[in-house]
This record gives sequence, C-alpha cells and structure tokens, in this order.
Amino acid sequence: MTTLAQGGGTSVGEPLINLSIFLVFVAITLVVVFRASRSTRTASDYYAAGRSFTGPQNGIAISGDYLSAASFLGIAGAIAISGYDGFLFSIGFLVAWLVALLLVAELLRNTGRFTMGDVLSYRMRQRPVRAAAATSTLAVSFFYLLAQMAGAGGLVALLLEVESKTGQAGVIAGVGGLMVLYVLVGGMKGTTWVQIIKATLLIAGALIMALWVASKFSLNLSGLLGEAASDSGKGDAVLNPGLLYGKDAIGKIDFVSLSLALVLGTAGLPHILMRFYTVPSAREARRSVVWAIGVIGLFYLLTLALGYGAAALVGPGPIAAAPGGSNSAAPLLAFELGGELLLGFISAVAFATILAVVAGLVITASASFAHDVYANVVKRGTVAADSEVRVARITAVVIGALSIVGGIAANGQNIAFLVALAFAVAASANLPTILYSLFWRRFNTTGALWSIYGGLATCVVLIVFSPAVSGLPSSMFKTVDFHFFPLANPGLVSIPVSFLLGYLGTVLTREPAAEAKFAEMEVRALTGAGSERATVH
Amino acid sequence: MSTIEHPRTGGPSSSADWEQVQRSAEFVELRRRLRSFVFPMTAAFLAWYLLYVLMATYARGFMSQKLLGDVNVGLVFGLLQFASTFLITAVYVRYANTRLDPLSERIRSRIEGGEPR
Repeated sequence: MTTLAQGGGTSVGEPLINLSIFLVFVAITLVVVFRASRSTRTASDYYAAGRSFTGPQNGIAISGDYLSAASFLGIAGAIAISGYDGFLFSIGFLVAWLVALLLVAELLRNTGRFTMGDVLSYRMRQRPVRAAAATSTLAVSFFYLLAQMAGAGGLVALLLEVESKTGQAGVIAGVGGLMVLYVLVGGMKGTTWVQIIKATLLIAGALIMALWVASKFSLNLSGLLGEAASDSGKGDAVLNPGLLYGKDAIGKIDFVSLSLALVLGTAGLPHILMRFYTVPSAREARRSVVWAIGVIGLFYLLTLALGYGAAALVGPGPIAAAPGGSNSAAPLLAFELGGELLLGFISAVAFATILAVVAGLVITASASFAHDVYANVVKRGTVAADSEVRVARITAVVIGALSIVGGIAANGQNIAFLVALAFAVAASANLPTILYSLFWRRFNTTGALWSIYGGLATCVVLIVFSPAVSGLPSSMFKTVDFHFFPLANPGLVSIPVSFLLGYLGTVLTREPAAEAKFAEMEVRALTGAGSERATVH
Repeated sequence: MSTIEHPRTGGPSSSADWEQVQRSAEFVELRRRLRSFVFPMTAAFLAWYLLYVLMATYARGFMSQKLLGDVNVGLVFGLLQFASTFLITAVYVRYANTRLDPLSERIRSRIEGGEPR
C-alpha cells in the first residue's frame, strides 16, 4: 500500500509501459482486421462474417462481446469494496445465459439473417416492426456504449496519468476513432477476431491474477475470505449479503428489480443476438452458447478471487482513494502482485476490453440502422446490398462520433450502473417481443409495437424519474430533485409491463396474415429449413 | 472466388404446404420434445435463481451462517448457481443432440428434398 502512496499517489505503475503494451495489442489487432477485410465483400460478409465462424470461435467471441469493462473492472471493484453483493452481479450475468441457450439462440439463428428486425418482420408488417426493432436496438446500444466510453475516461486517469478532463476527452475520442476504424475496415469478421483476441487476453489476465492470489493464500479460500474480512474494516459484513443493497425496504426491492433485469436482459442484447448469425447453423449457435457459458462462467468465478484478493492485498481504503475509485481494484491488485509489468498487461487488457465491446456495439447499431431502417423502411427493400453496406459504414461513423460525445459527457459516471440500465432496457423492450414472436401463434404487429415501444418508454421514463438521476447525493444531477419513482432499477415494473402490453396489443387486434405465416416460421425455426448457410468463397 | 448467397430457397412455396409440415406427426413430436424440455427447465432455473436472490435479500441471517471456516451459506449457494448453470447446459446439449437434432434433420431434409448442396 505504501508503494501506491509514492510517486504522486494519483497513479500507479509506469504509463510508458502501460501504453506500449496497449499499442502492441492495437498493432496486432489492426493487422488481423486488415487481413479480415480482404474477404469482406457482400452484406452477409459485412454483417455476419459470411456465417463462417465455428461454434467455439463464436462462443469465445461472444464472451469477448459480453465481458465488458463493467464486468472486469466493475465487478472486481464491487466485490473489493462491497464484498458479497458484488458477487451477486456475477451470478445474474451468468445464469442469464440459460435464457439464451434454451429459448432464443437456435430459433433466432434459423429465422433471421442479420438483425432482430429480420425475425419480427418474418410474419408481421415489415416497416413498423423494423422501425421499432431498430429503435430499441439503438437505445440499448447507446446506453451500453455510454457505459464503456465513460469507463475509458476513468481508466485513462489511473493508468496514463492523464488527469485533465480535456486530456481524458482526447483519449476517449482516440478510443472511439480506433474502434470505428476496426468496424469500417474489418466488418463483422474483423470485429469477431478482435473479440476472440481480447477474450483470450482477458481470461489469461484474470487467470494469472486469480492463481497468484490463490497461491498467496495456499489455495485456502477460507483464508482469503478471512483476510479480506479483517482488512476491510467492516469485518464479516463483506462476506455476507446486504452491504451494498438492502439498507432499507426500498433498497431490497431495488435489488430484486436489478436481478430480474440482469437475468432477462442478456437474451435481449442486440450485439449478442447478432453474434448468432455469424455461424452456419443452429447447431453451431448452440455450441457457441455452450462455449460462451463455459468461458463466462470461468471468468465470473475468477472475479471472486480478484475482488476478495484486492480487498485482502490492496485494501478498500487505497482502492476507494484511487482516481478510478472502485473501478481501479483490479489494476491495483495487478500492481500489488506483479508490479509494473503485470499492471501494464492488465491495463492493456482493460483497454482492449473497452475497445472490443465498443466495436461490437457499433457494428450492431449500424447494421440495425442500415438494414432495418434504411434498406427496408426508407427504401422499402429496393436497395442494392452494396449501398446498404455503404450506409452501414456511414452509420458506424455517426454512431462512433455520438458515443464519443456521450462518453465524454458521461465520464465519471458509475459504469456498472449504466450497464445495468442497458440490461433493463434490453429486457423490457426486446425480450418479450422475441419470445412471443418465436412461441406464440397469435402474436402480431400491434402486440410487437406495444411491447417494444411501451417497454422502452416505461423503462426510460422510470430511469429519468428515478433517484439514480436526481434527488440524492449519489444521483447524476445532485442539485435538483424531480424523482418520483423510488427504485433506481426499473426492471421490476417495466419488464412485466412490456409482457402485458404485448399480450394486450395482440388479443385486442386480429392480424390473420401474421397467424398464417406462423406455420412457416415455426417449421423453419425448429428445423432450420431454408436458413442461410455459410458464404462460400 | 465466388460468393454464393443462399436466399430463402428450399421447401414449399405456399403457406398451405408449410401448414401441412407443421401438422405432420413428426413435426408435432419435434415441437413437443422441444417445448416439454425448455419450458419446464426455464421455469425451474428462474425459480432457483429467484429463490437465491430473495434469500440474499430477505434471509440474510441464514445466508451469513458459516459452514467451513469463513465460507458461509451465501457463498455456497452462489457457487451452486454456477454449478446448476453448467449442469443444465450439459443436460440440454445431450438432450438436443440425441432427441431433437435427428428428428429436425429428418424433417428438414424432407422439406428441402432434392435441393442441390
């Protein structure tokens, strides 16, 4: 801990080492992306990597897309500071994958081409449902992007000794620009390889640190927990639930609400759904999820060692005092264990994590806009694939620019909280419609529109009027108070509302065309008949 | 180097034909097998997860009881969520490989029958 106090006390390690390891990562991924660009020609190549990835490859890429900075830095920090309650995130984020495995992945792969809008428009009125699907996709992606970009600012402060807000803004812009370049050049194929490289580095980094921590405590979990508890200043409270949530009745309900959003949000995240289209068949989609569950499960188990390890070896005091706050627990632990070199590696991994997730979000959002809004809503499907992909590339630049601006504005916000909101929006706006559409014969356009727009609006309105935005010292706007909804997490209300609206909209209207097409959709979904196969080069 | 996109080809073109497949004994059986597995399993893991969440929220005394050294009930319960997730994944894959895939492949090849690959 004394080592941290030296050297100015605001940063750790050697910025030059951190930066150079990161630049090596950038150089390697750039080469990979440019190589991938050689075989990116058609729309299917650009959006879905020609459906040429194997299940295991895609599973690792999904892990790369899913394990964001909020998972790596956020959860490790939450466990280090708040103990057991941080671990609750890990569990929700993992269990959620069963929804994707059992209900969504394979059927979606068989019925869509590139986006969620494809699945909905299968049997409903194309233009309105595509517009709705694109709206919610863009909304979820935007919340998620904000979280990643905001995280980048804090990380920079810690690792590169860039402390002025202007300097951090410059780095955020650099991060965003680089990612847009990856997407423009490499398309889905390049992006997927970036995810694979990043996921491998992330797991390697987490594994090294966790094993190092374990060896320091001679593989004695109880010993690690005991020391974390005694160093925390809070005693056994860090080992028990309740430190972060549940100081009062509202806090408890808030936590249940958060848990619901976590477990139901994953299978509605557009950048995860889109990954299922990069494999040649439903069987490979299933294998993807199995691999993803393995990799993601392993990672979240390791967060336990990272978080409690940081609490025991670094101590909550220095973590809370560091520039990135609780987000700096993992980097500080790396410095404590392996000095400047391990810190440099872990910092590079953390940067790579942010970069890769941003790339995945940008390509998803731009695909949704170009494929659903431009090609099918505006041009009514009469557009050539080439110009659709051109629009996707332009959109990627616009979304990249927006997320840079948003990221600079959101710099300093709690990233785990922002990600939780993205999950709540995904669970409210997307999941009910996806499930109804795949399993309910009567489901129709009105139901889909009510569910998507109703769920999205309910969720966003409740967030705006929640204590997370105004009224409390911990709020986004501390000085004003216009909140009337007591919970910071809207899922407990907005998810049931969305399911209910989808049901009501459907039973109150009839759409024989949608019902008639259900036979075709169901047969295709369950058998894969006529689904798109891999592009043959 | 040519790029071949497979559009939605293969299979019948009229909706009546799709309905015929949907009504066939084989397809009805496939749907039954899928739904009879995934629906109860989803209900089960969601209930198990919610039980955990509610216990962590409202039964803290119980979750804080120590079992082995500093390892308490809450931690074991949490780790069991990992174990059950891995287990359900393995069971589903086995079920899908043996009970779903052969049937769905049979129906698919019948629908797409004769289409050159």
